[in-house]
Amino acid sequence: MTTPPTPPTPGSAPDPRRTRAEAERTDLAARVRDVSITYRTTFEKKPTLKQALVRFGRGQRAVSEIQALKNVSFEVPVGTSLGIVGANGAGKSTLMRALAGILPPTSGTVETWGRASTLLALGVGFNNSLSGRENVILGGLAAGLSKEEVEERADEIAEWTELGEFIDMPMRTYSSGMFSRVAFSVAVHMEPDLLMIDEALSAGDAHFREKANAKMEELRGRARAMFLVSHGLGSIKEMCSEAIWLDHGRLMMQGSPDEVVDEYMKFLKVKKTATTTEDI
Amino acid sequence: MAVVDASEVPDREFEPVYHLYGPHRAGLPNLAVYAKELWNRRAFATEMSKASMRSANTLTFFGQAWLVLNPLLLAGVYFLLITILGHSVGGGTATPMQHFAHLTLALFVFTFFSTSCNTGASSVTTSGKLLLNTAFPRLLIPLGAVRTAFFRWLPTVPVYIVFHFLAGLPIRPHALIALFFLGCIVLFSMGMASIFATLQVYFRDTSSFLPYILRLWMYMSPVLWFADQINGQSAPIQAIAQSNPMFGMVRGYVDFIQDKNPHVHPVVFAISAAWAIGAAVVGFLYFVSRERDFAVRVL
Repeated sequence: MTTPPTPPTPGSAPDPRRTRAEAERTDLAARVRDVSITYRTTFEKKPTLKQALVRFGRGQRAVSEIQALKNVSFEVPVGTSLGIVGANGAGKSTLMRALAGILPPTSGTVETWGRASTLLALGVGFNNSLSGRENVILGGLAAGLSKEEVEERADEIAEWTELGEFIDMPMRTYSSGMFSRVAFSVAVHMEPDLLMIDEALSAGDAHFREKANAKMEELRGRARAMFLVSHGLGSIKEMCSEAIWLDHGRLMMQGSPDEVVDEYMKFLKVKKTATTTEDI
Repeated sequence: MAVVDASEVPDREFEPVYHLYGPHRAGLPNLAVYAKELWNRRAFATEMSKASMRSANTLTFFGQAWLVLNPLLLAGVYFLLITILGHSVGGGTATPMQHFAHLTLALFVFTFFSTSCNTGASSVTTSGKLLLNTAFPRLLIPLGAVRTAFFRWLPTVPVYIVFHFLAGLPIRPHALIALFFLGCIVLFSMGMASIFATLQVYFRDTSSFLPYILRLWMYMSPVLWFADQINGQSAPIQAIAQSNPMFGMVRGYVDFIQDKNPHVHPVVFAISAAWAIGAAVVGFLYFVSRERDFAVRVL
């Protein structure tokens, strides 16, 4: 990985020529420059006007600020498979959502070169009362494909899931593993330039995981870059060419997967066993 | 905040290959890029709306029948309340059948507006995983809900036509001008659906208050009564009635279709258009300025 360049001065006007030149670059797949993400959240599970009025009378504030990412910078050259490791709440999923354009940064910039396909935590599942096949079409359209493109690929995606007659049944009848299959199939069949996968394979059975790994291997050769978030450190070592380690929103280390995973395990003070490398 | 203008970046085909995500300026993304992306993803809103109708069985025969039966029964109840229990036939000269035709026409279109607000309000909070995992202009969600409401309203059109003829009302070419007011109602509904969708994210009991607000709103609009009936009222009451955005829109829509007042004052056109455009601009901007919060609020 290269050293990230100086981020633009806050409040400075962009230079259109420079921006255009950046857009034409072919050496990078993604660049994260000094990104911080802070969001406000409420203590209540479901905030209501009634509670807000009651609180107002008591003069309490129920909103807290969470700094999910703190001044994170790194670059991802084309051809990289980037593993992202870190403890729960380290900011891994937030970083993936920032790369996918779901969460705009509070400060700093995220640039990506290529069409992204996301398979993030919790999977898809737009409408549980619709069939898997219908959700496949919705998933494709949400990812930015045209109606014709989605219809062309719908059968292939449905077939890949190996769900048989379940594919035409409402998704509320699915098990969590079946959900994973549909979600994964939609994500990998979008022919993405950037594939982002966040803890997607944990619910699948051995056969599905093997098939999914093979598919990811195939995509790794075609996509510009792949981003993989996993607590399975063995998968990170096996499938990634680079890795970064996040802790409490800060970038702790970036380097080869072996180095990063070793440092991360030292930090966690856990021994390297078959169980820990797969399940931490 | 450091902001780079992504509109300077050339797009390749439909999908811009280079993405630049920066902090939103004053809470708003680049609106030109946003609008373009909104247009490019319109098929998604359409499919989402169709899917929600399929899942609610609205495309089946009985599903369609229920869409008509529901407001029709409501019209029957109001008709009973107003003309029989209230001993009055609104407007003085109108026959009971003409009053019923007025009631169904106005009630059907108002039901479209209230359905847009109701389904729009809950549209964002009920699409959790979609918000968390996919990047797309969120405005498509309430707009998809308005599309659903519109297609739920369409089956009521032929039913109204039957009542139109039964009431002996004429059909004149200038009835087409009612489409202008229908357009205003659609645009106004889009704006209000966006506002209520945003409010629902912050206050989850918005959808509980909404039926009361919409019921009051309907009573203040010329649905159960004729717009001309306010002429005999005091100036403050007239001013209050006319300050309701739906007053002019419903009045224009009904008057042109039922050929009651073919010389609607041009000010009614201007006020209706202004309310519709104003609600859409304010509603869309409010929604877009808050949508970066949605992914973390709707968990």
